[in-house]
Amino acid sequence: MTSFSFTVLIVLIPLFVFLFVGLLGHKMKPIVSGIIGTSGLAIAAILSYFTAYQYFFNTEKIGGAYQKILAFNTVWLQFTDKLHIDMGVLIDPISVMMLIVITTVSLMVHIYSIGYMKGEKGFARFFAFLSLFSFSMLGLVLATNIFQMYIFWELVGVSSFLLIGFYYTKPSAVSASKKAFIVTRFADLGFLIGILILSFNTGTFDFISLTNVNGAAIATGSGIAFLGLSTMTWSLILVFMGGAGKSAMFPLHIWLPDAMEGPTPVSALIHAATMVVAGVYLVARLFPVYAISAPDGLMVVAYVGSFSSLFAAVIACTQYDIKRVLAYSTMSQIGYMMVALGVSGYGGHEGLGYMASMFHLFTHAMFKALLFLGAGAIIHSVHTNLMTEMGGLRKHLPITHITFLIACLTIAGVPFLSAFFSKDEILTAAYHSNKLIFVVQLFVAGLTAFYMFRLYFRIFWNKDTHYHHTPHEAPLTMTFPLIFLAIASIFSGYIPFSEFVSSDSLPFETEIEWWPIAIPSIIVGLLGISLAYILYKKESTLPHRIASSVKFFYTSAFNKFYFDEIYMFVTKKIIFNYISRPVAWFDRHIVDGFMNSLAWITNVTSVKIKGFQSGQLQQYAFVFISGAILLGILFIYLFSI
Amino acid sequence: MDILSFLVIIPVLTVLGIIIAKDPKHTRIISAIGMGLQLILAAYLVFAYLGERNAGNIAEMLFRQDYMWYANLNIHYSVGVDGISVAMIALTAVVVFAGIFASWKVDFLPKEFFISLILLSTGVFGFFISLDLFTMFLFYEIAVIPMYLLIGIWGSGPKEYAAMKLTLMLMGGSALLLVGILGIYTNSAPDGGALTFNILEIAKVHIPIEAQRLFFPMTFIGFGILGALFPFHTWSPDGHASAPTAVSMLHAGVLMKLGGYGAFRVAIFLLPDAAQELSWIFIILTSISVVYGAFGAIVQKDLKYINAYSSVSHCGLVLFAVLMMNKTAMDGAILQMISHGLMTALFFALIGMIYGRTHTRMINEMGGLMKVMPFLGVAYVIAGLASLGLPGLSGFVAEMTIFFGAFQHTDVFHRVVTIVAVSSIVITAVYILRVVGALLFGPIKNPHFEHLEDAKWFEKLSTVTLILAIAAIGIAPLWLSNMIGTSLQPIIDKLSMIIP
Amino acid sequence: MNNGIPIEYFLVTATLMFFAGVYGFITRKNLITMLMSVELMLNSVNINFVVFNRYLFPGQLEGHFFSLFVIAVAASEAAVAIAIIINIYRNFQSIDVEKTDEMKF
Repeated sequence: MTSFSFTVLIVLIPLFVFLFVGLLGHKMKPIVSGIIGTSGLAIAAILSYFTAYQYFFNTEKIGGAYQKILAFNTVWLQFTDKLHIDMGVLIDPISVMMLIVITTVSLMVHIYSIGYMKGEKGFARFFAFLSLFSFSMLGLVLATNIFQMYIFWELVGVSSFLLIGFYYTKPSAVSASKKAFIVTRFADLGFLIGILILSFNTGTFDFISLTNVNGAAIATGSGIAFLGLSTMTWSLILVFMGGAGKSAMFPLHIWLPDAMEGPTPVSALIHAATMVVAGVYLVARLFPVYAISAPDGLMVVAYVGSFSSLFAAVIACTQYDIKRVLAYSTMSQIGYMMVALGVSGYGGHEGLGYMASMFHLFTHAMFKALLFLGAGAIIHSVHTNLMTEMGGLRKHLPITHITFLIACLTIAGVPFLSAFFSKDEILTAAYHSNKLIFVVQLFVAGLTAFYMFRLYFRIFWNKDTHYHHTPHEAPLTMTFPLIFLAIASIFSGYIPFSEFVSSDSLPFETEIEWWPIAIPSIIVGLLGISLAYILYKKESTLPHRIASSVKFFYTSAFNKFYFDEIYMFVTKKIIFNYISRPVAWFDRHIVDGFMNSLAWITNVTSVKIKGFQSGQLQQYAFVFISGAILLGILFIYLFSI
Repeated sequence: MDILSFLVIIPVLTVLGIIIAKDPKHTRIISAIGMGLQLILAAYLVFAYLGERNAGNIAEMLFRQDYMWYANLNIHYSVGVDGISVAMIALTAVVVFAGIFASWKVDFLPKEFFISLILLSTGVFGFFISLDLFTMFLFYEIAVIPMYLLIGIWGSGPKEYAAMKLTLMLMGGSALLLVGILGIYTNSAPDGGALTFNILEIAKVHIPIEAQRLFFPMTFIGFGILGALFPFHTWSPDGHASAPTAVSMLHAGVLMKLGGYGAFRVAIFLLPDAAQELSWIFIILTSISVVYGAFGAIVQKDLKYINAYSSVSHCGLVLFAVLMMNKTAMDGAILQMISHGLMTALFFALIGMIYGRTHTRMINEMGGLMKVMPFLGVAYVIAGLASLGLPGLSGFVAEMTIFFGAFQHTDVFHRVVTIVAVSSIVITAVYILRVVGALLFGPIKNPHFEHLEDAKWFEKLSTVTLILAIAAIGIAPLWLSNMIGTSLQPIIDKLSMIIP
Repeated sequence: MNNGIPIEYFLVTATLMFFAGVYGFITRKNLITMLMSVELMLNSVNINFVVFNRYLFPGQLEGHFFSLFVIAVAASEAAVAIAIIINIYRNFQSIDVEKTDEMKF
């Protein structure tokens, strides 16, 4: 048995880098902090690769299954005798896979940022935050228990907040960061309550005992509790709410498009490749619990995922800001992963969806990071986010063009690129489980191909726009990550994923089902691409005419189906005006008014009473004499009887 | 050696030193040295306490001293500490130390200012070490009275009104409390024998349930007023808003904790049956406090008001957890007191520093301060994140312990109110981010703010002390939680005898 | 008893005098007049003393002594009161009782 205790370093190195650069960054030259940050991550990445190698190839399997290894564990806080929060490192197939995804993408983003952020104010701060994020994300995936995951979950949220609001003098960035934090915080409330209920029922936070298929934890709380669902199902649905918030699932998705206010490398790292898939990872982590004791919870996951992917894909077809298109595309792809988990069963081939989800997570991280970094390179050279102000860029940005094209082909599901394989597995899983979802996902695949190529053609072909400064290709620090990720996007599909990741940790075989899955999906993809080709290859008015023919639908999609407005209404109008203001008023005028009125009554009484001391001698005499007479009468009355 | 009495003697000596001091500079230095010593002593006390415990001393209270000072009524000066009081003493020492540096630039009657401030802290230290109800009450009054002067003389805004309101409401609480204490005293020997004020001895007897029903609400509300129990919290916004920086820090940071500490050491510990019986009323009130304070904070415009309402919410959580009456929740309550004490002190210190520069506390007049004063800005963000419960800072540890403790109850009522209380974390996030966004981020609105200075050395010292304490608890909470947990055992034992 | 005038005559006279004094004391604004009202009340009491002594305890003299005593006190009191009134006049340029309310509240 190999010792994995060194894996603690993978988490701790970024933390030290964060503290070091964060505290001393302003004293160093900017580039130094960049190099420190990047090399810290490079070490973490090397350690991760080493871990993966050790785990998958040099560690003994028991009964052919990969074991969960507790590489490190220490009690952090003790609640009760049974409930305690541990801090530790859990090594198992999905955490190792996530290690690779995170460190790879993060390293690429670090390298890219050295070029992209050059000359920006707060360069050191940026790298400190990136390290903080990497630390939190790595801690999240390596968590040994659900509470440790929650802790890092929150830390990830705050690093995302800090990075979205990186340009803190820009009001839109500030409000976007606020929105992201509050929306995810709201979702985390569900997560927390879910943990409360879950831990109360099972008496443990620990993933290993929670997900032990034959364990006691998984069998608890199965009685019907509320609205026809069991306690376990409710707790898992609430936990999923947390995941849905982080992963921008409908209806908690509204923060993601706005989060694009952050610097583009951040969007690539956090809002495309790593943090937003945390929700998928969370469900995958608890998958045995979902699959065995709360199948209804999985249904919710599947339908939410499916609807989100459709919803986002429709909106993505109408947006003009390239980062927003990519953001909606991310949401749509995460929907795919959720669907895959939702339709999956537990064990062997039944667990195909689980494996497909992880597979897609992996390939998606590569090609979506590539898309964002490519978009960053474009924005960097033309200084705008709007695709309407672009066109004909293929001549100016050759490397970006090629890599972007590769990414677009990948996401469109063109055969033999990575996403083809992973998407195919998802569709297979859906086909065998729920035909309705299969049809929806197939349609979304076509939409995906369409909007990605709409983007591609608008940027690189279409009209030849005149630019103020001739756009020029980005420096090597920026193109290297593009090339690296392009290669990864092409070839990562050939990893025999089912050998490594499966719902019950037992390797199994998969093969492509050409009919009725792969071929329709290819056809749909090609249809989407051709439609985009017709509409956007050359400048034409056709798209505009189509848009006006379905005007109502188009404007609602363009306005994101007015979800922002609904949320604004709820927060601004209801919470601010109808709850908080009345509360504040009530406090000032009723509660405090009551206290003040006590004081006022005392005061008034005192004023009245002091009137008796008028200083008028004759009044005193009058009172005195009246009193004496009254007393006299009283005594006479009393004693004369 | 009587280590505990030193905690009272050092501040008194410091006060004497200040009286002799010639000019303001000496005053400040003497205060700083005195409170520095106090901080060292508190740190030493923590280690000495842990050392004793590790050496196997299982007495309920350590470092006991006992002197009779009024034999007719059997009143003692009786001191002793357990893990809870040690933790509270450490908190007080940190906050007072930071408070001295935060008020480094007080130039109106500095001598009198520092005398009152340190006198106040004497009362607080005395309160935490006392085991005799009467002496405890005495120190409580010593802590409350200087507050009137501090707000009335050195305050801002409608200071006389605020000082008067605060003092009167707290005095009202004191009156209830005094009756409650005397009630406990007269029932302290139901089987005959000498009446006593000593907490440990009272804890051994069983006070008749009728007396408990009468005196529990009195003591609980009496302490609850200081702990900002809804609807007796309204002194807090006005008081905090008018108080000078160090006083807000001490008041929100430490003095409000006297309420929580007393509620649980006197009301719950000595009157457990009635506590059990009547807790539901107060649980409802405190859960209202929690949510109501948070909603109230959302629309405030003045930084100090926001914090005052936030304190109502957070201190509500303290009392809420105390009333849950199980070990985890109570542990959380103490942690929350410490955590809130530190972070609210940090908040008020920063608000004071920002106000000293911008001369306004209205958030809509500010903006973009992060750019001109990065140190204060970062510190403010850290305080905010601690307040909204970010893991790695103290607030998270305390809140989670409370929530998980409270959720251990199996009945629906306790669990529903727990979920209500949990939902406050979202509202907290809303108002904290609103303030942080409006205050620090965005473009600079007022051109005068372009040339403001960042923190000076003494301000940095004050801030960093508090931040270090917050982060230390947040990162490694286990020892503190255990220290408190073991000391809670006698209380839990006493309660478990009653709970059917 | 001996001279045939019933006691009620004296008592009614004394009562009328007393209440005339009370009325004067309460309604008159001039301090001197108020002093005179006080004297009136004192004298009505004197009458009562003498009358009750004479009618109830004819063999004793306490009532007579008391009334002499009251006359002496009234004289000294009048002296003191007039001194005070003079001082008040110096301070307020008036001896109107309604103006002497400095000590109120």
